[in-house]
Parts: sequence; C-alpha cells; structure tokens
Amino acid sequence: MSEQTVEQKYAPGTHPSLPPPVADRGAIKWVRENLFSSPTNIVLTLLSIYLLYAIIPPLVDWMLINSVFDAGSRNECWEKGSGACWAIVVVRFDQFVYGFYPEEERWRVILAFLLLIAALVPILYDKTPFRKLGLVFSGVYPIIAYFLLWGGLGLAHVESAKFGGFMLTLTIGVTGIVASLPLGILLALGRRSDLLILRVICVCFIEFIRGVPLITLLFVASTLLNYFLPPGTYFDLLLRVLIMVTLFSAAYIAEVVRGGLQAIPKGQTEAAQALGLSYWKNMGLIILPQALKISIPGIVNTFIGLYKDTTLVVIIGLLDPIGLSQAVLADSKWQGLSTEIYVFIALFFFVSCFAMSRYSIYLEKKLETGHKR
Amino acid sequence: MTDAQTTATEGAGSGAGMQISDEVAIQINAMHKWYGQFHVLKDINLTVYRGERIVICGPSGSGKSTMIRCINRLEEHQQGQIIVDGIELTNDIRKIDEIRREVGMVFQHFNLFPHLTVLENCTLAPIWVRKMPKAEAEQAAMHYLERVRIPEQAKKFPGQLSGGQQQRVAIARSLCMNPRIMLFDEPTSALDPEMISEVLDVMVGLAESGMTMLCVTHEMGFARRVANRVIFMDGGEIIEQNEPEEFFNNPQSDRTKLFLSQILAH
Repeated sequence: MSEQTVEQKYAPGTHPSLPPPVADRGAIKWVRENLFSSPTNIVLTLLSIYLLYAIIPPLVDWMLINSVFDAGSRNECWEKGSGACWAIVVVRFDQFVYGFYPEEERWRVILAFLLLIAALVPILYDKTPFRKLGLVFSGVYPIIAYFLLWGGLGLAHVESAKFGGFMLTLTIGVTGIVASLPLGILLALGRRSDLLILRVICVCFIEFIRGVPLITLLFVASTLLNYFLPPGTYFDLLLRVLIMVTLFSAAYIAEVVRGGLQAIPKGQTEAAQALGLSYWKNMGLIILPQALKISIPGIVNTFIGLYKDTTLVVIIGLLDPIGLSQAVLADSKWQGLSTEIYVFIALFFFVSCFAMSRYSIYLEKKLETGHKR
Repeated sequence: MTDAQTTATEGAGSGAGMQISDEVAIQINAMHKWYGQFHVLKDINLTVYRGERIVICGPSGSGKSTMIRCINRLEEHQQGQIIVDGIELTNDIRKIDEIRREVGMVFQHFNLFPHLTVLENCTLAPIWVRKMPKAEAEQAAMHYLERVRIPEQAKKFPGQLSGGQQQRVAIARSLCMNPRIMLFDEPTSALDPEMISEVLDVMVGLAESGMTMLCVTHEMGFARRVANRVIFMDGGEIIEQNEPEEFFNNPQSDRTKLFLSQILAH
C-alpha cells in the first residue's frame, strides 16, 4: 500500500531497521490470490467446487439424513429410510468392541483401556504434572494390563480366543508399537556396531524379516511353530502373534532409525568421545536423541502400517473387526450390509492413525531447535 | 632446533602466567600411523612440557590434525608410543577415557550438540562423566561461559548463535571438564574473518592462564603472540620446530621457507 512505502531518506550508515509494510489481509484479496490467480487456478477452483457439490450432499444424505440407527433387521431398515443402515453397527456394537470377551468381565477391558490412556499421557506429553510418577506407572502398566485382560490374581481367566474386535486391534497394535521401538533401536545400533558377529546377526535378522511377508510370519506363528516346540508345550496363539508382529515391525523400525543415525555428522560422536562419554552415554544422550528426531516421520509411518496390518490376523482365525464382520454378515437378518460395516471400521482406523500422524507433527515441532544446516 | 624448554621470558607477549614447567605433559615416541596403505604419520617424536603453547602448521594433508587427534585417541596409532599425563595410550578403553577426561578438544566445525542448549552442552560431560551435581555443574558452566564472554546466551540453542559464538561455547564446554591439556584443531578456519579475533582473544586468555595448548592453526599472528614453539609438518613428518621469532625470521628448511612465503605473501 502506498502510504506504507519508505519515503524518508537517510544518510548512508544511519538507515534504521523499519517494520515491513502491512500486508493487505482482506478476505477478498486472499481468495483472489489463492483461488483465482490464474486461468488454470480458476479452472481448478471451479472443478473442485463442482466435485465437492457432487460428493458431499449425497454422502451426508446417505450417512446421516436418510440413515437408520434403530432397526431389528435389514428389511426394517429399508422400510425406515433409503440411507445407511447403521442399525447393524448399533446392534452388534459390543461385539465389534469386545469380540467374544465374556460380558460380565468386560469392565476389565474398559478399565485396561482407561489405564492405557493414563499410562500413555506421561510418555507423550512432557509437561504432564507428576510426570516421573506417571512414567513409573507407564512402566508397570503392561503387567497390570496382562492380568486385567487375561486374568489371574483372583480375576477369572479369559483365553485369547475370546479376544476380538477393536480391543484385539488395540492389544496387538499397542503392544507391537511399544515393544518394537526399543527392539528396532537396538537392531539399528547392532547393525552399525564394530563387533562383527553382532553386526552379522542383526543384518541377517533384519533382512530375513523384511524379506518375508507378515502373513507368512503369522502362519509360522499359528501352525509351524508347533512342530518346533516340544510336544505338549502350551504357547498362547495371541502371544505368538504379538511376538511376530513386534519382530516384523522392529526390522522396519531398525532401518528407519539407521537412516537417522547415518544423518548425524561424525563430529558429534567425536565431540562426545573427546569429552570422555562412553559408547552408551554417547548414544543415549547425543546421537539417539538427534537420530530419533529425524526418524519421527518414518517411525510413525511404520507404526501406522503395523496398526493397520493387525487386520491380517483374520487369516489365522483371530477375530479382529474384519473377522467379526464376516460373522456378522453371515447372519441372514443383516445380509448384504458390508458397506456400512466397512465404513464403520475404516472410520475407527482413520481416527487412530490420524491421531498418530498429528502427534508426530506436534513432536517434530516441539523438538525443533533451529539447527537446520 | 632449540631446546623445547624455553623460559617464560622468551616469545613476544608472554604474560606472567605463562610458566613452563619441566614436567612432561605429552610424550610421543617414534609414532607411526597409516590410513589403510597410506602412511600418514611417520616417526613422530614430540615432548610437550606443562604450560607450553605449541602451534602446529603445515600444508593441508600434512598430518597435523591427525597428529593431535591421536593424542586423545580419536585416531588410533599403529606403532610407537603416546604418553599423556603419565598414562600410555593403548587399547585399554578405561585408560582412553581417563585421558579424554584430562584432554579438552576444540574442533574446526565446533561440533556442539544441536539438540541441547548452550548451558546443557557445557554441563553434560561434568554431570555424566564426572558425576557432578547438576547445580554445581551449572555454576561451573556459567563461570566458563563468562570467561568466554557469552553468559547471556546460556539458554539458547547452538543453532541460534553465530560461528564465533559457537566456537567460544565449544571452548567453554571443554573447559568445564577442567582439562589439563587443550587441543585445538583449526579452531578459526571455519569462521568469518570478523569472528576470528573473538575466538583468538579467548585462546590468548587461556594461554595466559597457564594452560598447556596444542593448536593446529594458520593464524600466524596468534603464533607470534602466544606460542612458545611452532612446529612445521609436511608429508606426515615434523620438518622443523623452533620458537616463533626464529621460526618466522630464520626458517631452516626449504619446505618451511616455501610454506611461509605462500601463507605470508598476501
């Protein structure tokens, strides 16, 4: 704007630093600059508006306005409205959440879930009040969760085969994520170690696991393992799946972390060594904090992949939400409603994964210390 | 070659604190080093007395950085003997750590820890290596940050400082470990010209306090002002060493003369 331009003249060497001209922040200017700045841009804008117009109203119509939440069967749905028949999700909601977990014991799952949130908060937010105490709780949470979910210590035993639905997804996903990160870091360090044998072991492990599809590992877990174990050993199927999922994701994490480690200049280790820091102190205090920060997008990417891959357990007969939907759809009252069920499951996964993604962005911003070179 | 043991009165600008004792700080005997097939350091013999300020110069690739990096085992030597503070450098990791605690090092590219604040950079090693209580370590760190004239930046991250400020922080970080010997590996060659003097000033102050210093640098003004001995290296060998006045005014070998004519020509 003209009244903002610097008009006063100063003698050389005396020019003060002035604030920049105030930009025109009006909405019309924003629209003109961002939406209608060029013919291509105008075409793209109009096209987008048309697409939104073509998609959104029918979707809202189907999902909300004409949908039916309360019905006893598909035929009843049809009588009540032309949209989505969410009634099936409402009727079978508990099953989608708990699988076949005994009804009178389901409070344990809810408690385990609430405690999970309590255990995650001090890990994820460093400004949590009483964080140190909270971290101790986070440390013992896996033991608490084990007894709550599987029973023991006076709680009735629930076998893994009864686990299902979203609680199964969460059990596998959270365990896999929590256990694979430290394991992956150790594998990455091992792969870069000076000790030949250790390095060879880590390389073989990573390359083997990465070279094999997860489904194969799950099959090994469910069937082949029985051949290797001594006869009569009882080894819970879900536990085997948890181990396989953890190992699988750890191999990926290891490579992501190795990429981060390689990005740290050699001078960092040299400076740490010159100060007398030992290998583990150098890694723990200097190298890993920087390497993990760089690796955050890759690590979260792997976590999201793992979380969604939990649906593969349906192949070895565990009833995750996808597995349950087969059972639900087999019910003659509700036949043919797969769209509603899959949209519902997709929504659950999207919310979880989007949350992880947002957290990773938050973490990256928080750890930014202005040292991009 | 003059006797390495010069007296405090020799060398221009020597302060009253620049006393050289007859106690040996570093002893290097017939040391050789190879990078693969390449013979980088050939038969290095050097005795450094406590309180000496030695400037090492020479063309790039002459092995001068490698030599001082051998002293705190950032590089491994294959033959010969290095004795620092009476401890011989071997593969024994405990002895290496012991020596590294006593020998401070300042790098060309500062190598500050970018994820830690200036203060945390300085307190990290005292807390984790010397097991000093945090409050005490912070107090000591502030003392050294004041000494390098940068205490007001303590809460900032290295990435927010200028090159000269970063190098001064790096010096303070080393000093926080209370080293008896300081190694400088081209401390000013990555700096803009106007920042060189602020770093050199700190190093002069350090020399005046009696610190044993080995400094790889091409700052010949600094060498004249502070050093009691200048070493010239070429092709992995120590070619010539002398007190600064003699070294600059009366170089003995042809290679030294050529080198000096090249760096002093402009």
